[in-house]
Amino acid sequence: MEGLLAEYLPILIFLGIAAAMAVIMVVAAYIVARQRPDSEKDSAYECGFEAFDDARGRFDVRFYLVAILFIIFDLEVAFLFPWAVALGEIGEFGFWSMVIFLSVLTIGFVYEWKKGALEWE
Amino acid sequence: MIVQALAFYLFAAVVVGAGVMVISARNPVHSVLFLIVAFFNAAGLFVLMGAEFLAMILIVVYVGAVAVLFLFVVMMLDINFVELRQGFLQYLPIGGLIGLILLIELLTVLGAWAVAPEAGVVVGTPMPPPDLTTNTQALGEVLYTKYIYLFQAAGLILLVAMIGAIVLSLRRREGVRRQNIGAQISRPREAAIEVRKVPSRSGI
Repeated sequence: MEGLLAEYLPILIFLGIAAAMAVIMVVAAYIVARQRPDSEKDSAYECGFEAFDDARGRFDVRFYLVAILFIIFDLEVAFLFPWAVALGEIGEFGFWSMVIFLSVLTIGFVYEWKKGALEWE
Repeated sequence: MIVQALAFYLFAAVVVGAGVMVISARNPVHSVLFLIVAFFNAAGLFVLMGAEFLAMILIVVYVGAVAVLFLFVVMMLDINFVELRQGFLQYLPIGGLIGLILLIELLTVLGAWAVAPEAGVVVGTPMPPPDLTTNTQALGEVLYTKYIYLFQAAGLILLVAMIGAIVLSLRRREGVRRQNIGAQISRPREAAIEVRKVPSRSGI
């Protein structure tokens, strides 16, 4: 347990450094830089323009379908990882167990292909 | 050891804080972003428990996919928050009543809670020590053989989710030109070209 966590210590240190850098940059800009705002400085300048509309526009429902189909196959792949690692121990039973699982999802995949859910139009 | 404890309290505090922000943020998009923060810190807690595989899956599946799905759902709702808040007092009695009923139900469930006798055994046999076998290996050894019914049920649930999403949200639009490769290829030569004799000095 200790050895495992020791391997993760560099990642924790990196996270700490990243968070500290982000905070330092934002705070230092407030402390060090001279703050003399006026309305012209704060307005959108050449490389920007006033927002036309709210960014919370409505999305098409088709994006949702793509996202949910992605999640399902994402989960299917997630199940493959421990299976591949432990395949030597679980033997033939474990192998066929996964094959059944995959074929159930393949039925869904064929359905979705034939329905045209993968086509964008 | 002290680093471990500090990391635990840091992650746990951020999870709780982000969870509170999820339900109290006014903008639902911000709620989803706080949910992502909570997922990342929960992954950190999983790593502290030695469950590396679950931590990585939490990030890949929940942050990479579920949070994106939530964002889509939030963006699909056309919510006007000024309008939404107007009827607050009007709906307060019935909302409070429903909340009260749910609270009573929860209390009844918790009051009748009975711990299964086998639960102690399950908790008493925790995962094998990480220096003997990795978390992924330990999961793989039991998931596909001992818990095969649950595993296949998970597959069926995924199938139902897939079909349900297609049935509910797929619709064909009219007036969209689509390529039909079969029709293109099976078109005979006669339908595609035509040979005409053109007499000289006159058009067709």
